[in-house]
Amino acid sequence: MLIVQDLHKSYRSGGQSLAVLRDVSFSIAPGEFVAVVGPSGSGKTTLLGLMAGLDHPTRGTVRLDGTDLASLTEDGRARLRRERIGFVFQSFQLIPTLTARENVQVPLELGGRDGSGARADELLVRVGLGDRGHHYPAQLSGGEQQRVAVARAFVHSPGILFADEPTGNLDAATGHRIVELLTELNRELGTTLVLVTHDPDLASRAGRTIRLADGRVVSDEANPR
Amino acid sequence: MSAFPKLAALAWRESRFARRRLFLFLSSISLGVAALVATQSFAASLAAGVRDQARVLLGADAALSSNRRFGPRAEALLDSLRRAGTPTARVTSFASMALAPRTGGTRLAQVRAVEGPFPFYGEIETEPAGRWRELARGRNVLVDPALLVALGARVGDSVKLGEAHFRLLGTLRKVPGEAGISTSFAPRAYIPARHLPETGLLRFGSRVEYEAFLRLPAPGAAERLAGGYRERLRAERVGIRTAQRQQERLSDALGRLGRYLGLIGTFALLLGGIGVASAMAAYMAEKRESIATLRCLGATAPQVVTIYLLQAGVMGIAGAALGAAAGVAVQWVLPRLMRGLLPVEVEVGVDPASVLTGVGVGAWVAVAFALLPLLATRRVSPLETLRRRVVMEPEPAPRDPWTWGARLLLAGSVVLLVVLQAGELRLGLGFAGGIAATLAGLGAAAWGTVRGVRRLRAGGLPYPLRQGVANLYRPGNQTRTVVLALGFGVFLLAVLYLMQDNLLRPLRPGAEGARANLVFFDVQEDQEAGVRATLDAGGVRVLQRAPIVPMRVAAINGRSVARMPRPEEQRPEGEDAGPRDGDEGPGGAEGWAVRREYRSTYRDTLVRSEKLLEGRWWGAGERRPAGAPAPVSLERGIAEDLGVKVGDRITWDVQGVQIPTRVASLREVDWARFEPNFFAVFPSDALAGAPQTWVLLAEAATAAERAGIQRDVVRRYPNVAALDLTEVQAALDDVLGRVSLVIRFLAGFSIATGFVVLLGAVSVSRLQRIRESVLLRTLGATRGQIGSILLVEYALLGLLAAGVGCGLAVAAGWALSRWVFELNDYAVPLLSLLGLGAAIALLAMGVGWWGSRETFRRTPLEALRGD
Repeated sequence: MLIVQDLHKSYRSGGQSLAVLRDVSFSIAPGEFVAVVGPSGSGKTTLLGLMAGLDHPTRGTVRLDGTDLASLTEDGRARLRRERIGFVFQSFQLIPTLTARENVQVPLELGGRDGSGARADELLVRVGLGDRGHHYPAQLSGGEQQRVAVARAFVHSPGILFADEPTGNLDAATGHRIVELLTELNRELGTTLVLVTHDPDLASRAGRTIRLADGRVVSDEANPR
Repeated sequence: MSAFPKLAALAWRESRFARRRLFLFLSSISLGVAALVATQSFAASLAAGVRDQARVLLGADAALSSNRRFGPRAEALLDSLRRAGTPTARVTSFASMALAPRTGGTRLAQVRAVEGPFPFYGEIETEPAGRWRELARGRNVLVDPALLVALGARVGDSVKLGEAHFRLLGTLRKVPGEAGISTSFAPRAYIPARHLPETGLLRFGSRVEYEAFLRLPAPGAAERLAGGYRERLRAERVGIRTAQRQQERLSDALGRLGRYLGLIGTFALLLGGIGVASAMAAYMAEKRESIATLRCLGATAPQVVTIYLLQAGVMGIAGAALGAAAGVAVQWVLPRLMRGLLPVEVEVGVDPASVLTGVGVGAWVAVAFALLPLLATRRVSPLETLRRRVVMEPEPAPRDPWTWGARLLLAGSVVLLVVLQAGELRLGLGFAGGIAATLAGLGAAAWGTVRGVRRLRAGGLPYPLRQGVANLYRPGNQTRTVVLALGFGVFLLAVLYLMQDNLLRPLRPGAEGARANLVFFDVQEDQEAGVRATLDAGGVRVLQRAPIVPMRVAAINGRSVARMPRPEEQRPEGEDAGPRDGDEGPGGAEGWAVRREYRSTYRDTLVRSEKLLEGRWWGAGERRPAGAPAPVSLERGIAEDLGVKVGDRITWDVQGVQIPTRVASLREVDWARFEPNFFAVFPSDALAGAPQTWVLLAEAATAAERAGIQRDVVRRYPNVAALDLTEVQAALDDVLGRVSLVIRFLAGFSIATGFVVLLGAVSVSRLQRIRESVLLRTLGATRGQIGSILLVEYALLGLLAAGVGCGLAVAAGWALSRWVFELNDYAVPLLSLLGLGAAIALLAMGVGWWGSRETFRRTPLEALRGD
């Protein structure tokens, strides 16, 4: 359960305070698939960062499964992420010095968990890259890299997964397959999925859409099925 | 080229945001330039000092010298000069024990008996001031401060030299023309020559140097005298040298020293060049997008190269200028480091020629090394603006004339630089080859080790360790360059340390076969039993004793030495003048071997430090047919120099008596042991009756015992000289320590360059590194984990560099000790090398951490915001 309450974020720029998010409140139930949409500069990525504990809000709280993120230290939030949160990024964000399999292992290894290799293989098979585990990111196509990233996002069975424009750097067909993969895993594993996008088509696949404009929630409604 | 200013402006603008980093890359050369400017400017000051002080160095315009009393011709010459009004002075030098009766302290000293107004130029400074002029007024002595300390004496005390007592007038502060360190083996004691006979020290077998100094201020007078009399005096074994020749030789020697020191600076400069090349390659990889955009907007490939070449050139000049400024500052440190090693006072000043050369050479090296990566930008396609390259494939340059031209230019520049620095072609090529071989060795070792470490990842190591290892292979990594640059510095330091350690080890008390710590020499034949009895009574064990018979070679295989042609310019001056002119020029060994004085011994057994190589050793008491020549055993090297082999005949002149011998055997001698060793060994019966002195080696456990027994012996036998080997050891440590301090100081520039290269490498991967660590933190890594990954990476880099450098140093040290220093044992002080490795790793961790501190400042959110 993710509860966002009265979230406010402003940045200081040139002596002026610039509000990026204002009074944002909502909650996301376990297993839900929510799309956060809005035009460029509407505060989507900032909101995602705050929800994942990557940044501090100026005001307001984010509670993940009852834990107030503000009550944790920086390293405490890092531990929370490697246990309960998964990420997929627009620009894949694989570590170039690690093979695909090693990249998938990272969240488990950071937590010092055993058997990460087998689990990584399992996930790679699941995303259709069972035979590419020993390849380096540079040896993979964009779609393949993003599939490795998806495998990495699910490897530690997170309760919630944040995806930031996961198809932004991919062609339409490849992007489509990535979204398929995300929704399948969301259904199978019961993972909460929060998808940030400005692509209405992609958003329509979610169960609910939160629309941002100029740092405020302008609408929050269930998508017609 | 009217477009050039615009291009330059574009180059300047394009370097925005990267200038500091670009400067860091190019400042890899700064330290090399600093070392170069410092040594060259210092050498220039030194040369000027020697030029200005030429006559002061000798203390006269000309000097005659011999290690026997001047013969009639030399005396006649001195007589006629004196009568013609030429001021003359004489100095007689020899080693003797000094004893302070009040304290009982003794110490071997170099006694110098002075007659006449020596020195004619320069001044001998004393403490209290002005005592030099009082020396001749009575039984006075002026000593080095070290002797004062060793004797425990104070000014005004009585000092006994031989049989005579002298009043201690003061200490010597400065004697022009002598390096301070030359007194650390035996401190000096100046006495008036008038009272020399009272000491009774000039006995048979003493090593004495007789010198006469002349003041001939008219231009060319000294040279004319030397030219006219050199040949005539040679027959009397009297050498003649002039202030000017002395200065030329010293200038040559110091010039060589300056060039060698400069070569060490050149190493640092070249390492910096490698750092520049590597950093530029990474920088250009980062600039690919900008380059593609420029090309897309219509820039031609040469324009692009020019833009970045201009950036490199300007930053190269800035880096070199910074280095030159640092070099000028460092210059003031060098005279301190070299204190005691130089025979002249050096007035350090800024030498504009050295500074300009340094800046020019530095900027040139920077550009020459940057050129290859710059040329690669010509292959960046404008298409990359539209389609980002996914795979970073290495691009081969098959037969590009520009690339080949740049390579040739680079190789040519390096060779030219080293040759110019070395001052002669062959030496320069040798050095360039040596550098190339060392770098190739380091490169290969670095490559192999880095590849080997990669396998570590397979193991079940903790994650930060594996990620740290993996980081060594990040795209565009500079692992090999850093290992090479840092490793070379480690190599230089380790080789120095290994050689110093191996050279000194055999002499250390407690080393195998080096138990003796006292040597008594100049023991007259009739004193030998008495000295032994004194030692016995004092509870001091005599470990070894040997008779010494001075002799010369009279003839080889029937051919008289006197009639052998004398190779020209071999030992042109100061023939047999003793240690001051003891260096033999190349090719002079043979002539010297034939004409030198031999201090031979007789015995019927081989000693521990010898090995029979060839021929037969005589048995004790072996009888020879009457009239047959005596057998003699020669050391291998001297036999080579004399051009004789087993079976050849040598006639020796032993104090006027001709002794015919036949070379019976050749021996290998371990000279590194501090034991009496001999070029020529005779059977006992061949020399038993000859005039001889004895040398005794003894062992006394404590310093107090050593001091006590020296006092006892000297009191009874004032002419016997005693040497405490622990003092020799300390003096050697001191000399080698000071020399290696200077070299180590300059080698330090290479190490420091290695760290600058490391810093450049850290800076090159900065963006990637920040991105990665932010990503890892997003994925849940703690700061501690990120920090460990960084530290593992830098520790590995340091360890790799230290390992590769030390490994190669151990190999090079072995080769040097075997073929250059001809040591029999070679040991590696593992603990010290491990310490060096650990220190380098720690430093690398520190430098890397400092260079990466930005990594921790960013919040993880930036990962989401993309690049």
